[in-house]
Amino acid sequence: MKKYTYTESKDTRSGFGAGLLEAGKEDENVVALCADLIGSLKMNDFIKAFPERFFQIGIAEANMMGIAAGLTIGGKIPFTGTFANFSTGRVYDQIRQSIAYSDKNVKIAASHAGLTLGEDGATHQILEDIGLMKMLPGMTVINPCDYNQTKAATLAAAKHKGPVYLRFGRPVVPVFTPEDQEFVIGEAVMLNPGNAVTILATGHLVWEAIRAGEELETLGIDAEIINIHTIKPLDEKAVLTSVAKTGCVVTAEEHNRIGGLGDSVAQLLAKQLPTPQEYVAVNDSFGESGPPSALMDKYGLNADAIVAAVLRVLKRKVAT
Amino acid sequence: MTKHSIHNLEAIVKQVRRDILRMVHGCQSGHPGGSLGCTELLVSLYFELMQRKDHFDLNGMGEDLFFLSNGHISPVFYSVLARSGYFPIDELATFRKLNSRLQGHPTTHEGLPGIRVASGSLGQGLSVAIGAAQAKKLNKDNRFVYVLMGDGELQEGQVWEAAMYAAHNEMDNLIAIVDYNGAQIDGATNDVLSLGDLPRKWMAFGWKVIEIMRGNDISSVISGLQKARASTGVGLPVMVLLHTEMGNGVDFMMGSHKWHGIAPSDEQLSLALNQNAETLGDYIA
Repeated sequence: MKKYTYTESKDTRSGFGAGLLEAGKEDENVVALCADLIGSLKMNDFIKAFPERFFQIGIAEANMMGIAAGLTIGGKIPFTGTFANFSTGRVYDQIRQSIAYSDKNVKIAASHAGLTLGEDGATHQILEDIGLMKMLPGMTVINPCDYNQTKAATLAAAKHKGPVYLRFGRPVVPVFTPEDQEFVIGEAVMLNPGNAVTILATGHLVWEAIRAGEELETLGIDAEIINIHTIKPLDEKAVLTSVAKTGCVVTAEEHNRIGGLGDSVAQLLAKQLPTPQEYVAVNDSFGESGPPSALMDKYGLNADAIVAAVLRVLKRKVAT
Repeated sequence: MTKHSIHNLEAIVKQVRRDILRMVHGCQSGHPGGSLGCTELLVSLYFELMQRKDHFDLNGMGEDLFFLSNGHISPVFYSVLARSGYFPIDELATFRKLNSRLQGHPTTHEGLPGIRVASGSLGQGLSVAIGAAQAKKLNKDNRFVYVLMGDGELQEGQVWEAAMYAAHNEMDNLIAIVDYNGAQIDGATNDVLSLGDLPRKWMAFGWKVIEIMRGNDISSVISGLQKARASTGVGLPVMVLLHTEMGNGVDFMMGSHKWHGIAPSDEQLSLALNQNAETLGDYIA
């Protein structure tokens, strides 16, 4: 197992804030909109650097999505900022008609995704957003794993032509992606080559997958671990190549098991390479209030859950 | 003072009405009522008021932009765009048919020149127009952005989010127009969900309000829109309440919401066309 170390932990949303500032420096057409959550979205540095390119929308997310679509008509590259819940479910039709169907170059920056929003509870957590967004034709869906990757993903999203859903979170997590690692949309990152099982993880579950890999190594299980930071378009080649080698797969995500990464992988494999698969995901329920790490434990979204899923899938692999 | 004579503009209006009727008849679907009611408005905008480039480009830098928020009145929009030279007039015959760029509701998806955003799901166009107006300000582009909404559409909450935003941000390069015909699919707006005192509502939201009482009289529409444009640039978004009649120009379609979204029969079409003489040449069906 390749050794992953980290010297600091940071929130992915701060990676977004840093990436947005840099994107703004690189391209004067980059603008930002926020629905009364500047601090939460870490947009302060961008606003300080480019006050005339920032639009405070107020608590009016539907209007924000429409204004973002309109700004692209003058050649702007707008990043909208609010919580993942209010970035998707609340404004689905606005995104669908004014952004996705209209093929507008809007970047939907969604923070506080998943359970790790924590104490605010299920009204503010969302576990359905990946599914909602990936169903929209033409929408790119990105869920980076740490500060450095979120920063790089933000820069890549700014350069990408077309609508992007960029999902990140609130908790502080280890920073292990090299600062200079290029972010290529739709290209998975191999974290550890192995032969016994494929672990495909996204977002906050990537670090948990690395921890699970270390635990599995002590059990003599040689896991291949891949970071699927782009859920759509899925890196089909990376998934198929790995699964052809290992013969079984575990997917791990901070999302409902319906409609997320696991389903994208299952759909691909059902058609091209039927393979035993286990999901590490929320079991079709809403979240609840609590400390983020306690929630992740309760809902089975951690390294232990990944290890357990690997053991289950290995039994099924032997059986087939 | 107008670029074209009123006589010429009235001739265009008649031809656009014929196009609307024939398009809706041709596919036996679509929305003739609101389209006929807004014919003078769209002809005034595209042939008289708006400063437009010869060629269509999506970004529309340095020219006036128009957004149709109530996308269901696509027949009038398509006819006026074709008659303005954005695409071949004979393409109007493909309206709502398979493999057409003229979808039931306007879309950029099929690449039809003249369209900058999809519309149809109501309440979104004002926000989009604000964004485009905001981009014009950033780009130091001093042209205007127009947007048309239906009056029933004002029942959508997003419109009022946008109304608040436009006033707060002094979007004074934006002219919004409401097709104030008092009717929607299920009946009179006053029966379905009252709009209340619209002029005072928009004033209370911080907009400059201009009413055009005769929205189906081309001279009144043009002078009202000129007044609206003269009201830009002073820190207020401008709202034009355009009193129109659904189905205007066809006697049996007027005075009722019945023709909001149904197509005329062969017999009804010929009656309606007899009331609107061919002026510029019909498109080839």
